Amino acid sequence: MPIHSTETPSDPFAAYHPGPYFCELTRTRAEDGGAAARVRSRIQAIGLDALRARAAAAENDLINLGITFTIYSDSTAIDRILPFDCIPRILTAPEWRQIEAGVKQRVAALNLFLHDIYHGRKITKDGVVPADLVYGNANYRPEMEGFPVRFGTYVHICGTDIVRDENGAFLVLEDNARTPSGVSYVVENRHLMSRAFPDILAGMKLHPVDDYGRRLLTAMCDIAPEGVDDPQVVLLSPGIYNSAYFEHVFLAREMGVPLVEGADLVVERDRVFMRTTSGHKAVHTIYRRIGDDFLDPTVFRPDSMLGVPGLIGAWRKGNVTLANAVGTGVADDKAIYAYMPRIIKYYLGEDAILPNVQTNICREGEGLDYTLANLEKLVVKPVGESGGYGITIGPRATKAEIEAARASLIADPSNWISQPVINLSVAPTLTEAGIQPRHLDLRPFAVTGRDTWVLPGGLSRVAMKEGSLVVNSSQGGGSKDTWVLMDEQDGGAAQ
Amino acid sequence: MNRETPLLARYAEGLFWMARYLERVENLARLLDVTQTFESPGRETESWMAMIRINADEEGFAKTGLAVTADNVKRFYLTDRTNPTGIPASLEAARTNARTLRPLISTEMWMQMNVFHRDMLAIQEDELQGDKLSRLCSRIKEGVQAHTGITEGTFFRDQGWDFYQLGRLIERADQTTRLLDIRYHLLVPGGAEERLAAELTQWGGVLRAAAGYHAFRRVAPAGFTPADVVSFLLHDNSFPRSVALCVEMMEEHLGKLRSRYGLRGTVSALERVEELRAGLRGRPVEKIIAGGLHNFLDGVQRDLIILAAEIGTAFFRDWRPLAEGQMQSQSQA
Repeated sequence: MPIHSTETPSDPFAAYHPGPYFCELTRTRAEDGGAAARVRSRIQAIGLDALRARAAAAENDLINLGITFTIYSDSTAIDRILPFDCIPRILTAPEWRQIEAGVKQRVAALNLFLHDIYHGRKITKDGVVPADLVYGNANYRPEMEGFPVRFGTYVHICGTDIVRDENGAFLVLEDNARTPSGVSYVVENRHLMSRAFPDILAGMKLHPVDDYGRRLLTAMCDIAPEGVDDPQVVLLSPGIYNSAYFEHVFLAREMGVPLVEGADLVVERDRVFMRTTSGHKAVHTIYRRIGDDFLDPTVFRPDSMLGVPGLIGAWRKGNVTLANAVGTGVADDKAIYAYMPRIIKYYLGEDAILPNVQTNICREGEGLDYTLANLEKLVVKPVGESGGYGITIGPRATKAEIEAARASLIADPSNWISQPVINLSVAPTLTEAGIQPRHLDLRPFAVTGRDTWVLPGGLSRVAMKEGSLVVNSSQGGGSKDTWVLMDEQDGGAAQ
Repeated sequence: MNRETPLLARYAEGLFWMARYLERVENLARLLDVTQTFESPGRETESWMAMIRINADEEGFAKTGLAVTADNVKRFYLTDRTNPTGIPASLEAARTNARTLRPLISTEMWMQMNVFHRDMLAIQEDELQGDKLSRLCSRIKEGVQAHTGITEGTFFRDQGWDFYQLGRLIERADQTTRLLDIRYHLLVPGGAEERLAAELTQWGGVLRAAAGYHAFRRVAPAGFTPADVVSFLLHDNSFPRSVALCVEMMEEHLGKLRSRYGLRGTVSALERVEELRAGLRGRPVEKIIAGGLHNFLDGVQRDLIILAAEIGTAFFRDWRPLAEGQMQSQSQA
């Protein structure tokens, strides 16, 4: 079969039209070495029916393997799989080099920023970021002031949400510097792909993704309190009822460390121990997958049953390391996001390798004026809490909603930012109506101990509903195996 | 690479109980199967009542408000998810433990558990009827046996394995005493000769339920009596479901926890095992029967409960306050 044949009647791509959006598979990229075309022809060779049958079998595997997240409603808990789309998303070597460098740069800036605001506060004194945005932020932790962290690393695990516009340019939508999740699916998707679709993968020169656990463990050992020779690392999970429990299991297994719950840990004389069959054993690094508020009921929320009484005390004494550090939430806040290009420039003297989505800061006169003049074209977001509250999407809003947004903006400009609507890129996705374009994003994961390593690729989240821009798993989003092609520079030609 | 890794107390407890619940599921299937074969025309209720009595479920069953009929008892154990001693709840508990143990158990163990669990939650009413029940019981037994085999072939042999085996062996010994006890609750009417023949048929059923029929025939004297069957299930040194062999293996695993892993706290459990063994060995079966088999079995069951409690106190209790719900539901033996 000729590689670009789209004339065959059974061609599953015959009805595929990405429209005005950048397509991650069908847009010609010379530097992909023909990989995208090969994937396409392989899928054509399989045919739609067989593809469906094999995709269904693959999803059934996920259920049997219990690779699920849990959704809670009223009184029931339902285990769902993250829907897996079998058509991979391909990143070329040059594309990846830009993302990797951009993520590293961003993580470096986030860490420098956090160190600064908890120490000298130079950036606010210099007026680059408004002081009230930082020190008045609900996620700012006075407990961190003057507290040293090893290698200046606060954000040990970072997930950077990246989208692609209609020209194919990568833009950062959000930083996740608290406890980002999803990395388990990156690895499991590749396993699934190689089990269920070895014929699509065959011969592709890809960066492997299974090194994550080893890299993570190395970082967790690096950041253990100084003077500990053979540190005991644990992963602290809220337990089996947490929606991301599978990921906690995955990470504990990949690192080969105990997965503990709060009740497994005990603090004695400012040291942390885990309860074992042979008594209390010392713990040195805790990769915690619970939020700051729940870590220690004696310091934060007294009603929290998830944490460990005395943990913060032990940590302040330097006897245990927490990853991520306490108080990183101030850096991935929407309000701070708008300032990230300036933060990068301020600390590193560089322009952002991965630009932000253009953001108008309404507390600044220029941003406010522009926003008010272009409300119909812009997405207006409150800077405070997340969760999608109070967002007005100009092109989809009624006259009345636009006017309401205008009134809110004028009443309290500093509570708002605005952004243009981004036409997210699409990728061919298997749907009930055949192979159709669906919007997607990308969340690469960066691990930082002594220095930063970025897992090649990341989680490609796909909005499974036609036209939808919502990729979140809780809203029915799915995911794809994400390939990073090797080229000569990586020691492998893209053949 | 050969560093001995510590085992979280919570994991040890999870392994112990996962094994126990699964062993219970297998044995419930065995009991249900044999009860059905004991059903004699006109006396069905009696044998199903015996099923409830040997599981000490009189109170729990009464709560359902249902009459003791074959159908109601079968539903109570096979499809009633609210019955904590039934197969659905036991399997649910096993899976919940497995879920907390996922960082430890093999992927293959977890996968089989998931598939088995789903299969068991989908049991249909008509599978409880007639010849289908026996087939259903086989499927349940095979589900647990698949688990056992996968575990044997894939589970890492550190101290977790010993806790897992202790849970299994304690439950298995307990269940064998219950299987033996089934005879106590079923009196056979008729003259002496008729009674003996009918009794031997029933003992044959008990042996089959314990998968010991052929093994018993190999070691049994010609002209064997019911006492020989009791002796086989209590005392035989080679039959995997005999109480004596289970107790001997418990001692082995406790000994290994002490010597290889240096766990203190095995002392009182080992003493209890020693007592159990002495109680079994010390008394010939004729004396046991003369003194009342039912009472003797009750005593063994009580000792096993104390043994489990001692293992719990020594190794599990530390990890969370006793007051919490999960502990209590797991503590019921």
